[in-house]
Amino acid sequence: MRHGNLLTSKQLSRADVESVLDHAAAIAAGEVEPTRTGQLLGLLFFEPSTRTKMSFETAMKRQGGDVVDMGSVDSSSVKKGESLADTVRVIEGYADAIVLRHPKQGAAKLASEYVDVPVINAGDGAGHHPTQTLLDLYTIRESAGLDDLRIGIMGDLKYGRTVHSLAYALTRFDARQHFISPESLQLPREVVFDLHQQGASVREHESLDGVLSELDVLYVTRIQRERFPDENEYQKVAGEYRITTETLADARDDLTVMHPLPRVDEIAPAVDETDHATYFEQAHNGVPVRMALLDLLMGDDDE
Amino acid sequence: MSDDHELRVSKIRNGTVIDHVRAGQALNVLAIVGIDGSDGESVSVGMNVPSDRLARKDIVKVEGRELSEDEVDVLSLIAPDATINIVRDYEVESKHRVDRPETVEDILHCPNAGCITTEDEPVASRFDVLDDGVRCTYCGRIVREGIPELIER
Ligand SMILES: [Zn+2]
Repeated sequence: MRHGNLLTSKQLSRADVESVLDHAAAIAAGEVEPTRTGQLLGLLFFEPSTRTKMSFETAMKRQGGDVVDMGSVDSSSVKKGESLADTVRVIEGYADAIVLRHPKQGAAKLASEYVDVPVINAGDGAGHHPTQTLLDLYTIRESAGLDDLRIGIMGDLKYGRTVHSLAYALTRFDARQHFISPESLQLPREVVFDLHQQGASVREHESLDGVLSELDVLYVTRIQRERFPDENEYQKVAGEYRITTETLADARDDLTVMHPLPRVDEIAPAVDETDHATYFEQAHNGVPVRMALLDLLMGDDDE
Repeated sequence: MSDDHELRVSKIRNGTVIDHVRAGQALNVLAIVGIDGSDGESVSVGMNVPSDRLARKDIVKVEGRELSEDEVDVLSLIAPDATINIVRDYEVESKHRVDRPETVEDILHCPNAGCITTEDEPVASRFDVLDDGVRCTYCGRIVREGIPELIER
C-alpha cells in the first residue's frame, strides 16, 4: 500500500489493515512520531463533511505537515463546470497527496487515474468510505478483537457507504455479520453478492431482538428522513430501530455500541453513560488511524 | 445447414460475415463494433433468418472491412453464439467464435446516475465482464439484463 492510493476497503488485504492498525496503535501510544514536515495534503471536499475534513487536517498537522484546502464547493470553480479530472491535476501541482470527498461513486478512482500523488477516498457518493472503515476496525480491535467476532450492523444499510465499506473489510477476518434493517433499507443485492463471493458469514434480520444477546459489537447507523416519502412511515421505522438502555437490557455486558456519527436520535443519550457506548472514542480514533495512513501512503521508503 | 438461408443476404467479396447473431440484435452488433456506414463500407443485414441452431438468427455482412478479434469479442456480450467469418475473394478465409473479453471500454454507458462516468469527465466507460453480466469499474454497478440498451451510439 506504500505510496499507493486508498480508494475502497475492498483493496485492503488483512495484512494491509493490520499494518495500518498496528501503526496507528504505535502512534497513539507515543511509540513512533511520524513526521510530515514540509509536506502538504490537498483537501478536496466537493460535498460538506466538516468532521472528516477536520480529522484529516488534525492528522496532518499533528505530524508537522500542513493542508491546502480547496474550500467550499460554492466558492470554487466546480460550479463553473471544471471537470474533476482537471481539478485534481491542478491540485497535484500543490499537494503531496489528495483527500477527496465527492458526491459521485467512483470519483476517487477516476481522480487516481489522472495524478501521480496518492489519492485517499474520503467518501464517494453511495460508494466507499475506506478511512472510516479503518477507524471502525481499529475501534473494534481495541474493544472486542477482530477474530471470532459477532457483529450486528443496523439501520440504513442500503445507502450507508460506511456500512458497505465495513462489511467488505470484515470479510478479511473471522467475523459473523448480522445485518438488521427494515426491508426497504436492506443491503444492496450487489453487496450481498460480493460478501457471499468472499465467503463471508452473513445473515439479514428485520429485528434486533433475536440476535442482540449474542453480539460483541452493535454498529448503529442513522436512518434518514429523506429516504421516506411519508413522515409517518419514517417515524414508525426510526422508532423501531432506536437504541435505548431498555433495548440493551438483553445485551451482553461487554457489548460495544458504535456509530459513525453524527447521530440524531437513533441512540438515546442515556446510552452514552453506559459502558457500551464507544462512539466518541471511535471518532477520536480517526486521528491516529489517519496519521498512520498518511505515514504509510506518503512516507519515505528509507525511513 | 443454415448456410442455404444465407443466400437471402447477398454474398460479399471481401470483408466480414457475423453469423448466428441472436435474433433482433443485428443493429446492436453494428453499434457495438462502431459501424454506421460513415466510412463507406457496404453493410447488409438479415434479420430473423431461419437457423437450425438458434431457430431465428440475424446475420450481418460488412463488405471491405476485416474486423479484428478485439473488435468482435465485445459482441459476446449481446451475441454470445456469433461466428465470425473473414471473407477474401468470396471464400471464407477463417471462421471463429467470439471470446468473452475481460473488460470492455467505451462501449457501454453506466446506468447508475450516481456514477462519476455519467458526468462530463474526459473518461471512457469501463466494465469488467462477469460470467453473467458486466460490472462498472468505477461505481461497481452490476448489469445482468438489458445490456444492449447500454450500448453507446
Ligand atoms: Zn458506473
